[in-house]
Amino acid sequence: MFVINYRKIFLSISAILVALSVFAIFFFGLNFGIDFKGGSITEVSYPTERPTLNQVEESINSLGLSESLIQPIGEDGFLVRTQSLKEEERLSLINALSLGKTVELKEERFNSIGPVVGEEMKSKAWVAIFTVIFAIILFIAFIFRHVSEPVSSWKYGLVAIVALIHDIIIPTGIFAFLGSMFIEAQIDVLFVTALLAILGFSINDTIVVFDRIRENLRINLQGHIREEFSKTVGKSLRQTFARSINTSMTTLFVLLALYFFGPETTKNFTLVLSIGLIAGTYSSIFLASPLLVVIERFSSKRN
Amino acid sequence: MWKIRIFAIVLLLAGFGVGYFNYSSEIDPNSQYPFSLGLDLSGGTHLVYQTDISKVDPFDVRDSMNTLQDVIERRVNLFGVSEPVVQIEEKGAFKKVEDRNYRLIVELPGVTDINQAVSMIGKTPLLEFKTERPEGTEKEAIIKALQEAQAVIEAGGSPQITSLLLQDPYFLPTELTGRYLERAQLTFDQNTSEPQVSLVFNKEGSDLFAEITKENIGKVVAIYLDGNPISTPVVRSEITGGRAEISGGFTPEEARELVRNLNFGALPVPIELLTTQTIGASLGEQAAVDGVQAGILGLIAVAIFMFIWYRLPGILAIISLGIYLAMMLALFKLIPVTLTAAGITGFILSIGMAVDANILIFERTKEELRAGRNTREAIREGFARAWLSIRDANISSIITAVILFWFGTSLIKGFALTFGLGVLISMISAITVTRTFLLAVSKEKHSKFTRFLFGTGLKF
Repeated sequence: MFVINYRKIFLSISAILVALSVFAIFFFGLNFGIDFKGGSITEVSYPTERPTLNQVEESINSLGLSESLIQPIGEDGFLVRTQSLKEEERLSLINALSLGKTVELKEERFNSIGPVVGEEMKSKAWVAIFTVIFAIILFIAFIFRHVSEPVSSWKYGLVAIVALIHDIIIPTGIFAFLGSMFIEAQIDVLFVTALLAILGFSINDTIVVFDRIRENLRINLQGHIREEFSKTVGKSLRQTFARSINTSMTTLFVLLALYFFGPETTKNFTLVLSIGLIAGTYSSIFLASPLLVVIERFSSKRN
Repeated sequence: MWKIRIFAIVLLLAGFGVGYFNYSSEIDPNSQYPFSLGLDLSGGTHLVYQTDISKVDPFDVRDSMNTLQDVIERRVNLFGVSEPVVQIEEKGAFKKVEDRNYRLIVELPGVTDINQAVSMIGKTPLLEFKTERPEGTEKEAIIKALQEAQAVIEAGGSPQITSLLLQDPYFLPTELTGRYLERAQLTFDQNTSEPQVSLVFNKEGSDLFAEITKENIGKVVAIYLDGNPISTPVVRSEITGGRAEISGGFTPEEARELVRNLNFGALPVPIELLTTQTIGASLGEQAAVDGVQAGILGLIAVAIFMFIWYRLPGILAIISLGIYLAMMLALFKLIPVTLTAAGITGFILSIGMAVDANILIFERTKEELRAGRNTREAIREGFARAWLSIRDANISSIITAVILFWFGTSLIKGFALTFGLGVLISMISAITVTRTFLLAVSKEKHSKFTRFLFGTGLKF
């Protein structure tokens, strides 16, 4: 199998992508959404005529709200991001947006989250991510508990986690980069949900390949066939290759449909999922299994 | 063999039946089973309030939260909002009661005027009973501070706010509040036929009231509503029955209003608005339409792919996918699952997983075919071998969904629920529906034609 033979190339690609992502995260920083840092989003539309951006900006600046940012949205609306607003502040913002009630205006959406809630959500997100990873390690160690030769079962779990971390660091890095250019590319609750879904997906993929390795090892053992571990892994990969690609393709079709035609609110979400899905498929084929071979080589050399 | 074929037809008919149920309950506007759409799709307001339990006895916290929920529910219902959600969220289940954090979550479908919504909930009266502050240095100090502040204001300045200024010079708060009120009633004085508001306290309230009246015979016990004295009766004797009358020179309308507010709005604990979310109906509708449209397009793409790649089994997979979708939609209606944009996304994503199970089975079957088995044996064997992978992979997805549901906010919960449910149902549909269909069309003898039907459309 070419994946095993050229494993150094594939492993290097992963290493480079992860390094770039880590760099992006530290260099650009994460662009947190209001879910995590608190703040408010107000979306209004003007049924008759939209005032100019300048007019609205001037009108809002007089309110003295911190961090206010105004963007045109769609044909006839504005989106305003500010600190989290109390009801009176919201009313004065709406008043300012309608230029002192001189223009007809419709409130489409308002979302305000206090900073305390934001902090809570952040810690909740971390707990959720770590719990999912931990639960999955336990699960893998459990289902592979009978496999010990030539690579012990906990090492499968370890490799799966390396793949998982790879799969969530890459979308996060890409979003750190995108977030430095577009205000919409935010790390919000939906982003974390997407990461968690990626964890589920990626582990799915990895388990299917590992399952096949386990089965082939058993067949070899029963038939007293001596085969190099790298050959067994290569064979298993070849057998599951079509399935991995096909599953990812069908899921990707659905995701792309959602991205291009789906609701505006879940656009970022499907983008993260798509990136993660691609990273996850790559990692289960080109990272996890070659890594198993590397570990096996390393430990047999030591003995 | 015929058994399996008959079973396949039964499954197909059942699928149509479920599909018809979905269809008929959708076109019937009075159906008992409509889809319940979340606020982000139907438009509405989502409010989160922080409750302040610092003044509540730890033993009573749970009780007062229940009362709070009841009161807000009644108040919201009074304004005719359809299907509102009022929930108490408890944080820190492992901490002591007084350190826990309680939040009130209110969802008002169809209400997009936040101002109206907030005043609907927030402007509920707080009923307090206060006793006279004894004469002494403290009282004088407060009065003096107030006078000084008044002088500063008159001189055009703004006085410094001290803790003294925030106190009532004439009355002291007691423990008795609207929390202990069982109900209020409109009555009329028998002699003067003046409207009165009669209060009935619960057991604890009665005891407190008896104690307060006993200690204050001959003095004033003031009744405050939202910080304003509404009645300042003088206590004549100890009142033990847990009943009190407020006669504050009301007009009958005022008295009736007060009774309603007390019954429906006496909040057991103060609340403060924490987060607000409102989405207009048109924006929500757009999201729902877009979500469904995207789902259909995604499905068509998947169907074309499955047909080209897997031929006959591909078609069967599409049919079983159709049955899977009908089952999911029926479950959404029956449970019922509140659909949000994130929820629909989770559901559509689960389609990917549903297809995955089929792909695993078909790939395995093809391997067995290549090994020289006939189609029926290949299918049985392919299923048996694919099952372990399907099971393990799906369990890991379900673990993720459960954890997401456990930790998530309402947004994530919506996603986790439809996703988890989807994975579970898809696993069942792959191992029963797809399997039955495949076996029903399989043959023991194999010809070139059956090999073509079960073979791969495109060569890798």
